[in-house]
Parts: sequence; C-alpha cells; structure tokens
Amino acid sequence: MTADDGGRLSSLAKYVPGFLTASDDRPRWLDDLRLILLATAVVYLTFILLGLIGGLSINGITRELQAVTLLSASIALVVLALNLHWGYTGLFNIGIAGFMAVGAYTTAMVTASPDARIPGLGLSLWIGIPAGMIAAALVGFIVALPALRLRADYFAIVTLAAAEVIRRLYNSSSLDQFELFGIALGTGSGRGIRDFPNIRNTVSRHILYADPGGPSDPYPWGQLLFTIGEEFDLIAFVIERIVYTLFIIVLVILVFVLLTRTANSPFGRILKAIREDELATKSLGKNTNRVKIKAFMLGCAIMGLAGIVWQGSRGNVTPDLFMPIITFYIFIALIIGGSGSNAGGVVGAVLFAGLLFDGPPMVERAVNNLVDLPRTNTMNDALIGLANLDPEVFFGYVMVQMSSLRFMLFGIVLILLMIYRPDGVLGHRNEPAAAIDLRKQQAPDHEETNEVDETDE
Amino acid sequence: MKQMSDQLDLTVDGEGSTADGRNALLEIRNLRKRFGGIDAVDGIGFDIEPATITGLIGPNGAGKSTTFNLITGVYRPDGGTVRFAGEDVTGFRPNQLAKRGLVRTFQITRELNEMTVLENMLLAFKGQLGEQLYRSVLPVLRREVVEQEHELLASVWEILELFELDHLAHEEAGTLSGGQRKLLELSRALLTNPEMLLLDEPMAGVNPSLEQHLLERIHELHGEGYTFLLVEHDMNVIMEHCERVIVMHQGQILADGSPAEIQQNEAVIEAYLGGEV
Amino acid sequence: MVRDGLNDITSRISVEAIRHQVEALRYRASRWSLGEWFGVALVLLVVILAIDLVRRLVVGDIGPSTVGTFLWRGSVDGLLIALAAVGLSMTYSILRFANFSQGDLVTTGAFTGWAAAYVVAGIGVADFGTRFFLNPDRGTSARELDMHIFGAPLAIFTGLIVAAVMTILVALAIDKLVYKRMRNAGGIPLLIASVGVALALRYIIVFFYGERTRGVTRSSPVIEHELLFWTDAVDAHQLVVVVIGVLMVFSLHIVLQYTKLGKAMRAMADNKDLALVTGIPTERVVLVTWVLGAGLTGMGGYLIVLEQETLNFNTGWFLLLLIFAAVILGGIGSIYGAIVGALIIGMAINISLVWIPSDLTEVAAFMLMILILIFRPSGIFGGVETA
Repeated sequence: MTADDGGRLSSLAKYVPGFLTASDDRPRWLDDLRLILLATAVVYLTFILLGLIGGLSINGITRELQAVTLLSASIALVVLALNLHWGYTGLFNIGIAGFMAVGAYTTAMVTASPDARIPGLGLSLWIGIPAGMIAAALVGFIVALPALRLRADYFAIVTLAAAEVIRRLYNSSSLDQFELFGIALGTGSGRGIRDFPNIRNTVSRHILYADPGGPSDPYPWGQLLFTIGEEFDLIAFVIERIVYTLFIIVLVILVFVLLTRTANSPFGRILKAIREDELATKSLGKNTNRVKIKAFMLGCAIMGLAGIVWQGSRGNVTPDLFMPIITFYIFIALIIGGSGSNAGGVVGAVLFAGLLFDGPPMVERAVNNLVDLPRTNTMNDALIGLANLDPEVFFGYVMVQMSSLRFMLFGIVLILLMIYRPDGVLGHRNEPAAAIDLRKQQAPDHEETNEVDETDE
Repeated sequence: MKQMSDQLDLTVDGEGSTADGRNALLEIRNLRKRFGGIDAVDGIGFDIEPATITGLIGPNGAGKSTTFNLITGVYRPDGGTVRFAGEDVTGFRPNQLAKRGLVRTFQITRELNEMTVLENMLLAFKGQLGEQLYRSVLPVLRREVVEQEHELLASVWEILELFELDHLAHEEAGTLSGGQRKLLELSRALLTNPEMLLLDEPMAGVNPSLEQHLLERIHELHGEGYTFLLVEHDMNVIMEHCERVIVMHQGQILADGSPAEIQQNEAVIEAYLGGEV
Repeated sequence: MVRDGLNDITSRISVEAIRHQVEALRYRASRWSLGEWFGVALVLLVVILAIDLVRRLVVGDIGPSTVGTFLWRGSVDGLLIALAAVGLSMTYSILRFANFSQGDLVTTGAFTGWAAAYVVAGIGVADFGTRFFLNPDRGTSARELDMHIFGAPLAIFTGLIVAAVMTILVALAIDKLVYKRMRNAGGIPLLIASVGVALALRYIIVFFYGERTRGVTRSSPVIEHELLFWTDAVDAHQLVVVVIGVLMVFSLHIVLQYTKLGKAMRAMADNKDLALVTGIPTERVVLVTWVLGAGLTGMGGYLIVLEQETLNFNTGWFLLLLIFAAVILGGIGSIYGAIVGALIIGMAINISLVWIPSDLTEVAAFMLMILILIFRPSGIFGGVETA
C-alpha cells in the first residue's frame, strides 16, 4: 500500500463517520438524506454489477432497479409507521399485516363495482383510499384502546392475534358476500376481491396520459419521459412502473416529513417520554393514554395506506397477501436501521429490500449466468453429489433454494443484530424531540456560574 | 400498638379533625390500602396547610411510599378520601392530579434517560400548543408551536441556572449523577407550575454539598408559597427543615407534631429503636 | 312465650345475617375490577352456551354422537397443544420471554421424528437418503412402508423418542448460540431474537426438506371396542395421541412434584418474588427447562403429524397462536395452567363448531385469548393457585 493510498483511506475514514453521525453544522434533514442516498447507492451499484454479471439488458437492469426501489419505498412507508409506534412510543405492534389488510380491503370494497362477482360500493379511489386509511385507524383504535396499558410482550401477542383474526375473517367463507344496511358487499373469502381499480396502473396512467383509458395521448411530461426512455430502449411499461415508483417515493417523503414533525414537537416529546417512563410522564400531568392512542391511530392509518399502495395495488387483494411474515419484514428493516430514527428506518428499508430480499435472487441469476450449475432439486441429491466429491451439484441445490434461503438469512440477521447491534447498523441515534433544534441552543448569557461539581456515586 | 397510641394526645386518628377553620390544601381521610392481606396503609388521615414544609417519616415498611402512591394516584385506594384544594380527587390518575397542581418526584428518580436535560425540562410545561398533534404537523400552525418552544426554552434556561444545571443542558439525563438527577427532577416538577410538591426521599444518594443546595432551593420555594410534603430517611433533614413531622408506623399514624415534639415522643422512639414487629 | 321470643330473635338474627351478607356482596360487587366483571361475563357466556347445547341435544338439532366426537377430538387437540404449551409456559416463566420459535420447535420434532421413523421402517426397502429425507424422490411411500401404528409400531415409537431427543438438542444448541448471550437483555430483545430463531429454524428445515406438504402416514386404523362407549369406533392414532399425551402429562407431574430440580423449577415459575430474589436462573434450571419443554414439544410435533397424516414446514408455526392462547388462558407461568388451558382451547375449537363455521373456530380462540390478556392477564384461574 502506498502512502497515498493510506492517506486516501484515512480521509475516507474521516468522511464516512461524517455520514454516519449527526454533525452540528449540517441541517438534520440533509444528514438524513445523505445517509439514505448512501444506502441507495450501495444497493444500486450492487444491482447494476449483479445485473451485468447476470447478463441483463438495460431494460432488464432498469426493471430490477425500479422493482427494488418500489419495494424499498413501500417497505419504508410501513417502517416509518412502525417507527412511530415502536421507535418513538414504545408500542410493540406486531400486527402490521392486519392493519395493512384493513386498508387494502376497505379500499377494494369501497371501489369495487356493484355488479361484480364480489360487489362493492363502486366509488372512486379519491374516496376509497382515505376510507381505507380511516378504517385502518379505527381498527387500530379498537385494538389499542383496551390494550394500551398492557406490558410490551402482551401487547405484541394481542396485536399479532388481532392481525390473524382480521386475516382469517377476510378469509372466511361466511363473509364471502353479505349485506350491510341493504348494500351488497363481500370480501371474496380465500379468492379475494378482483374487480376494483388496479391502483398501480391507475395512478401512473393518470400522471402520464391525458386520457388514462387509452394510453395514446401523453401529457408533455409524459412525452418527455417516453422520449428519454427511447434513448435507453425502455418500453412504456417500464416507464409506467417508474412513475408509480416515484409516486410511492413522494408518499414516503410526505410521511417522512409528517412523522419527523410529529417527533420533533411537544407531542413527540411526550411520545419519547412515554417510551422512557410512562409513570413519570403521567406524573408531569400528561394524558399519556390519549397521546398513545393518537400516535397509534396515525401509525395504523399509514400502515393502511401502505397496504393500499403496496400489497393492494395490483388490482386484487387476497388474504395471503397479509400473512404475519409481512410484519416481520418491516421489523427486520426497522431493526437494521435502528428503531427511533426515521432516517434509520428508511435506510433499513433500503438495505432490507435491496440486500436481503431482492439481492439473493440477483445473486442466483448472476451465478447461473457465470457457471452452468446442475439444477439439483433435493437435498438428498445434493448430498449424494457432495459425497461423490462433486460440489457443483450441492451449489446447484443452494441456488435452486436461494429464494427460501433468504428467509433463513432474515432470521440469522435478526439474531445477530439483537446480539451484537440492538441499536441497528447505524448505531444509537438519539434525536432531541423539540420543534426547534435543541442541539444548537445555548444559555442566553454566558456568565460563569460556580458549577456544582460532584463525584458522588 | 393501638393502646399505646391512645395514650398519646399527639396522635391523629383516622377521622382526623379539620384544621381549625383554616383551609387545608391537602386533606387525607381514612385512607386504606391492602396488599395481599397486609394493611399497607390502615386508615390514616391528616391535613396539609398551604405554604408549609411537612415531613413524613417512619421505619421501613411503615407505609410512607404507599401513602405517597395513594395520594398521587399511582395506586387506587381501597378506602378513604383525598381532597386537594377543596376538590375530591380520590382515585384520580397521576396526570389529572398533576394538572391540578399536585406534583411528585420519585424515590428512585424517574428522569427520562435518553432525553437530554433540555428535553426533560421542556416536557414539563402544561398545556403546550404543540401537544396537539395537528398543531405540530400542519404548516402554518406549526409556526406558533416553534415560537412557543423558544419562549419555553427561555424559562427553562432560567430555572436551569437557578439550579446550576445549565452546564448539563445537552447531556442525556441518564448520564447525570444521582444528585444532579434529583435536582433535575425537582426543577422539572417546578416547571409544571405546581401548588404542592410531594418529594419522595429527595436527599437519597445526594452528596452533602448538593444536598445543601437542594435544601436552599426548597426553602426559597417555600418562601414563595409552595407547599411541600416530603418523605425522608435523613432525620437531620427532617428535624431541621420541616415545620411539622408526621410519623407512620405499620400503616398507621403514630405521631404528628413539631420536630421538637416528635423528638420527645416515646412511642416514636420505641418504634424506631424497638425494632420491627 | 319464651320460645316465640327466641324464634323472633333467631329469625331476626338470620334476617340480619342475610342482610349483612347481601350488603357485603353488594359492596364487593361494587368494587369488582374490570377483570372480575369479565370473569363473570365469561362464566355466564359458558353457562348460556352449555344450556343451548343441552337444548339442541334435546330438540335433536345435534346428536349425542356428534357431541361425543367433538369432545373426543377436543381432548386429542387439547393434549397435542398441551405438549407444546408446557414448553412455552416454561420458557416464559423461567427465561422470562415469549418464545416465538416454539412453533418451529414443534416442526423440528415432527421432521426429525418422522425422518427417524422412515429410516427405521424402510430398512431394506429404500436407500438411506430416500428414507432420511422423507421420500424426496418419491422412491417409496407411506403405503409401501405400511406407516401406521399397527404396520410399523417399532418405527413409530423410535420416531417419538428421536423427536424428543433431537428437539432437545436443537433447543439446547439454540440456547447456547443465541439466548445464552442475551440472558440479561430483557423480554423484548429476547422476543425479537426468538422471531429470528423461528425464521432461521423454519427455513433450515426447508433447506433440507423443501416446501412441499407430504403425506407421511397412512390413514389411521380404526378400533372398535365395547369400552369406547361414546362412539362406535375410534382412530387408533388418536388413541395413541391421547395415551401418550396423558402419560407425558402425568410423568411431567411426577418430575415437577417429586424431583429436586422439578421443585426448584416450580418454585421459580410460580413464585415471581423468589425468582426475583434468586435473580437470573442457574444454568442447571435453564437446562432442565429446555430438556423438559423441548422434549414434550418435539413429541407434540411428532404426534400432531401422526394424527393429521401430513407434514409441512409451517405445521408448527400455524399452531403458535393456539399454543399462546393455551398458555395465556391458564395463566402465564403456570405449567399446570398451560395444560388445562390447552385442553380448554382444544375443546373450544371443536365444540364451537356447534355455533360457528369451521373457518372461524380459531378466530374465536384468538379472540378469547385477546380478551383474557386484556381483562385477566393472570389467566382464567386468576389468583387461584394452580400449581
């Protein structure tokens, strides 16, 4: 290693902590943005590299980048909501999938056509989406009201059970079709609801085309995107997806601002105090129950929104989209980033979606493109191969199993984080909760008071 | 025990008489709490006059902390009443009591560890605009919240300087020493603008110089009209700084009087020296 | 005259006594906590449902044999849940966290046990890999191996033992790798780590056995006997579950009551103060906790498959909430409570079929669990000593 290299490394070492720790002279949001962009860059570079090795076209790589961005943003939306519950308030909610289901199903039921197999109210998405969010918040209220005083682990079991109750109710054949106040409705039981607007297409086409019905007459900005797309040989379908992804990113930014404002306010100060010590907070005259319920309902509404624009955005909802495992995706993402920090949560979402969730299949593709591994389908064959000193057979099995192996990876990452980095990869991030930046506040006059120095205990 | 207290004219029974004409700030009547078959607090009653410093003492397990917890709504009493400023507040929750001006500190300080001293202090103000979620997040309304934060911060600095905590303003409360935490808790309680402060062992774990500092503050505040009720183990503190001392033993009130009277009281001496029954 | 007077007095006394009692009762009722009111409501609901059940029986809505079947299946399900619930209750009370990987320990027992059963039953029929990996290439079948209790009894009982032993070993390995490093971490970090363990364990099993659902046993032979008064015939496999389940619960009772370590465990589980005084449990108690808890859990997983004939990597995970429901019903920390809770849950998910459709019975069980956690977190027996 040359001296020059060493110098560069040390300057890099000085630079990276600059990213990772809050610095006093930089605004907080800029700090956060840098962190998020850094994580995104890591994921993008990995994907481009793996995509090139995997022999993907520009279209293919763009498609993969779009997919991982959409997944990251969708997960980030829920992670932010969970951070409000768990990170800021200490409410250990593991019923996320249930609140997402309520949002998605309510929107589907409100917007589905009254003449469909599973009839709905036939209203527009402008009503359907807020209705879904409100319904999720109300269900959150019903769950939280009695459960708020419970210990964290009991609260966890209650919320998980509530989510399963919700999913199984949607799955139940007794609610397949029913009448409420003379209006025909239904949840479609195991098959779910199909005949309601595909939100992904509706949103992106409304943004791109003057006439969303027939994708022929794009707005000027739509035309601009298509022209740029043509330069890179991107098909219209990919552009539409990119537009939807941008829409979700905008939602993430809005929610980020909303929740950061919530946290950095007297309201957020009470949330933080509740997390630290609820009795002490009560003893200072704060109605902690009311504050907790408000925070819980707000988080549930955002979870409902995520249910609508993520799992429920493909024009059909089924109970299987809301299995409890979804909840654990969100938890892993938040724990990676470190609970208690919105920026950390988004970073966690990007790293989880990019490296843990969508990464392994990319690796599989790249490896398969590089070496021609035999497709071994059972562990028995794999071990026989290994016994015959033919590791290719075994690795072939590993590649076939990659998509389920990543779940093992989730578990292992979660365990390692809890043992070694319970505060997340970014370490402990504690942001003062106030509407003004407390880190910069100084006492009004700087008269030297005789400081009480003491060394007891 | 019962016969002994019957001989004492100092003893206040469960139905203690209202203080001669004057309006008591805090009136406790016949307060009871049982834990698993044991009468932790067995029908006690007393009045606290405004702008006084009263000490509540007693051997371990006498029921002092339980009494505190009953008055401040941490526990719900099994019987009896608590009246504060003329209002029946029996069974009220701690936040309802704090809103009415009855604020406590804790034996083991409950400062909010991961919050800085400034955050701890800012939390205490009652009725902040930004405690309403919509005001804190909506664009135009948030401006008022920010303004108020600046105003509140000014009063925080004042109190911090008074308590000589200003150099620790940016420290997380969890990193403070025991004595500094006690100071923080007391100053934080003051920011709620209380009528009356209940201090649970304010001197425990505080070094002598800081103890002096704390006591001076308490006397200053007493001078300004604040009312204090404190549980304390340190007899010197109680005898030198309280105007009145209430002695509890086995869930009941054993004696009630001036420090001088208490020091002469045989039942009290018996209770402290005679060991636990 | 005198007698009249006496009568008068006695009647007055008794009237007064009654009045006193009524007053005392009213006084108590006025001071009932939410939990007590909930308990009364729950008892009332059960009474109403019982009356309705009798009514339906009398009217002829349902036959006595249907009720008999429900009760029988209820005890089978109840005992299966109980075996897993005991383990969960033990870790909850001794190690002080909600172990979300308990369901996957059930699955571990099921896979290891049945692999052993296949290895034994298929000697000379199929090669080792085919047997060990539970017939991945369809090289043999439950039919070929005659995999039922009368066809391959030795293999099935070997499997039961191996299920217990392997689950214990897996649990101890996990404890050493994960939980031991976090003894002081507190309930929530441990809970989260156990979610990680659950995922890792489940997908390690998938790595070995794949995601497909396999039928591993033949359908159960049927036993007809005079002694089976409540029904015409009974599944032999269900009978095996009941016999082994009862045997295991009884053995556990012996261990807890009459061995020194058992007594220590009971003390630590039931007496929170003692546990606090003693602090973090000694590694010996932890060891016994895992050996007893995981052993029973593994057997439970194995027997579940014997009863339902199919095996899947999600078998245990899907049971987790029912196991939690049993533990919570019986009062968290009480081992005997967990057993009774499991039996109640088993009965409830079967008898409730009288009133609600089959896809909602578990919903009812979960709702019951939620309500109990909210109103009576100490379990349906409340403060009553259950151990």
